[in-house]
Amino acid sequence: MNVDLARIQFAFTSINHFFFVPVTIGLAFLTALLQTAWYRTKLEEYLRLTRFFGTLLVINVAIGVVTGLVQEFQFGMDWGAYSRLVGNVFGAPLAMEGLGAFFLESTFLGLWLFGWDKLPKRVHLWTIWLVAFGSAFSALFILAANSWMQHPVGYVMVNGKPQLNDIWALFTNPVFIWGYAKVLFASLTTGAVVMLAVSAWQLRHRGDRAVFTRSALMSLILLVPAILFTMLIGDELGVVEGKYQPMKIAAAEAQWTTCQPCSFSLFQIGGGNNDHTPTKIIEVPHLLSLLATNHWNGKVVGMTPLQNQYAAKYGPGNYVPNVFIQYWGMRTMAYLGVVVLLIALWGLWHSWRRTLATSRGFLWVAVWGAILPFLMNTAGWLLTESGRQPWIVQGIMLTKNGISPTLSTTWLWISLIGFILLYGILGTVDLLLMLRYSREQLPPARAPDQADQPVAAIQY
Amino acid sequence: MNNLIPFWFIVIAVLWTGFFILEGFDFGVGMLHDLVGGDDAGRRAAINTIGPLWDGNEVWLIVAAAAMFAAFPGWYATMFSAYYLPLVLLLAALIVRGVAFEYRGKRDAASWRRTWDVLLTVGSLLAPLLIGVALGGILYGLPINSAGNYTGSFPDLFPPYALFTGVTLVAVCALHGATFLCLKTTGDMHQRARQLARYIAPVACALVIGFAIWTHVTHTNTFFLNPIELLAILAAIAALWLVYAHRDGWAFTATTVTIASCIVAIFTGLYPNVMASTTSAANNLTVRGTASGPYALKVMTVVVIVLLPVVLLYQAWTYYVFRRRVSKAEFEPASPPSTPPGPRRPAVTPDGATPPARHGT
Repeated sequence: MNVDLARIQFAFTSINHFFFVPVTIGLAFLTALLQTAWYRTKLEEYLRLTRFFGTLLVINVAIGVVTGLVQEFQFGMDWGAYSRLVGNVFGAPLAMEGLGAFFLESTFLGLWLFGWDKLPKRVHLWTIWLVAFGSAFSALFILAANSWMQHPVGYVMVNGKPQLNDIWALFTNPVFIWGYAKVLFASLTTGAVVMLAVSAWQLRHRGDRAVFTRSALMSLILLVPAILFTMLIGDELGVVEGKYQPMKIAAAEAQWTTCQPCSFSLFQIGGGNNDHTPTKIIEVPHLLSLLATNHWNGKVVGMTPLQNQYAAKYGPGNYVPNVFIQYWGMRTMAYLGVVVLLIALWGLWHSWRRTLATSRGFLWVAVWGAILPFLMNTAGWLLTESGRQPWIVQGIMLTKNGISPTLSTTWLWISLIGFILLYGILGTVDLLLMLRYSREQLPPARAPDQADQPVAAIQY
Repeated sequence: MNNLIPFWFIVIAVLWTGFFILEGFDFGVGMLHDLVGGDDAGRRAAINTIGPLWDGNEVWLIVAAAAMFAAFPGWYATMFSAYYLPLVLLLAALIVRGVAFEYRGKRDAASWRRTWDVLLTVGSLLAPLLIGVALGGILYGLPINSAGNYTGSFPDLFPPYALFTGVTLVAVCALHGATFLCLKTTGDMHQRARQLARYIAPVACALVIGFAIWTHVTHTNTFFLNPIELLAILAAIAALWLVYAHRDGWAFTATTVTIASCIVAIFTGLYPNVMASTTSAANNLTVRGTASGPYALKVMTVVVIVLLPVVLLYQAWTYYVFRRRVSKAEFEPASPPSTPPGPRRPAVTPDGATPPARHGT
């Protein structure tokens, strides 16, 4: 019971946290690009866009930072036994994250917001880039820590505890390298889709065509490579995880028996942990072999032989993750990725035809497309984290053994309900503010004779 | 190599001290912004004195917690799971407070702003109270068994000394915030900040004297106070005197020393334990018993020695960039500006020359 409550709480707070994180990383880079464009071209449109999207960025950063604090505290609060066992390895990247990334991100965000009229233009441009780098670094360190839970490296066991003996191994862990690249491109995708959606709404409903066509085009140009790389890297990440966590990948295809070559089913009816023979619909031959091993005739070991192998190695127990989440998480991510790519290509086609600002059909789809990256990100993390189960650290500790031993169930209920209420309310407020500011009329351009004046600071 | 264990205890004490010096006045400003501000423009001005700074200051807490996790996993695990519910409340307070800064000015409705004002005040008061209770509690001791796990119930988390520590820190943060506002405001806000400092200073001073003595008897049987406890008392008395003498700069220095010595007093009293056990002295968690392996500490030492000075440098630069006072006139509702917008804001004296109007987006 306690383990379930703590897991639900961690999943709930992480999923919510990761609504805000990719928006922050993506929009920080896009805002930095817009400001760079203004710095280079001196075109007033870019300044107006920088301030407009900068405001959206700031609304998100506030809630991203504070929900991140919850993540950091929860390791000790809920997962005390885990923290005690692996803090030696896992704590190091977390502390580096604080020192190397959070300080950078938050200090320079303050400088960027309030420093418009106090810093030289060039220095001020640097501050937004440092915010962007800071947010990307924070993802780097937390991904290094998370990848260690998927594929532990760089440690020796001393008295039954993993002890760090090679810090570089954490940052050269293949799961980390591919996972981090994927998170970066997924964040860029998220930022670009959000910027595209806001621009599309403005083009549909407001008059500033000249300005928002620029931002729409910029997000489209970034979106096509971003989503392509997200998917290609995701594919390679699948191969890497298939090597170290074969159960995760076998479950993503609901593959109970070993196969070679293996086909990939587009859909299935039935399935789950108790139905080993679901009805698979439209099977694409060889595709699973390719996705999981990079080989046309690659072999994928099924969950039943893996279960027997793990039971022999680690003792009796159930080592199969939730198959439903794996199967559909993988497909949600992949199929929606294709949809995002198609939207981006459709937009580029309109742009080439010079009809981007007037095609109401495309603009409508682009506005609603804003939901897609959030679904994809959530599906991707469910696939990664639920697929690691029953392990909290693959091969080292089971999730059920990681919980704080003396927590009372009442405390866990109180905190779970408290976080759901708090996040529910704040999430709604954040969404309403984002919508409101996305629909705000762009402030008018400054008179040409003021163009050399300093720009006013953004204040609370 | 074993020297790195005490070194990391010091690093963690430094991080907590840095957190309280910096975020301490943010908490104080949060508690007092309504009283100092007077009206909406004044409240905005008060919030904007810490606007560019509070987020970077709060990271000190994140790093302090993460450093405990990395260097003393046993300490982090026991302390954070013992203080489960107070930490949930602390997180709620910090979350609400953090978004209050950002969201308060995003709508014009008076009820919206009042809601965030109240939340900011309550959150800023609860946060130092709860952290104080936890820091006091680890020195006083909690029921901890031989496996290093907390075995008490919810009321066991609130021994009188821990509550007193929390209350003391709230008062010291409030005074620290008031002296900070004296340095950063103009005109009638400046007067009100001074007035508030005069009200708070005697209370804070009395609490610090009580806290220093109580801390001393909690961790030792010796008669004489140690230098750091003495320093806390002297700094608090100095702060009281300087507040009444209207020496704003020195008063802020004195509250900085007061808050720092209070936190350091807890950590010096604690060493070589990291958490005392009321069940049996044999169950005390110690620095050596909870520390990470030598390699991890070595790596973290390199990281902290390289990065912390850089962080201090750019945070100091931020304080330099935003050294000017914040005037209420900047936030008055859109009245036609009396002076045309100039390229640079003129330096503002404490008694309030009006700078040109500026507006946020």
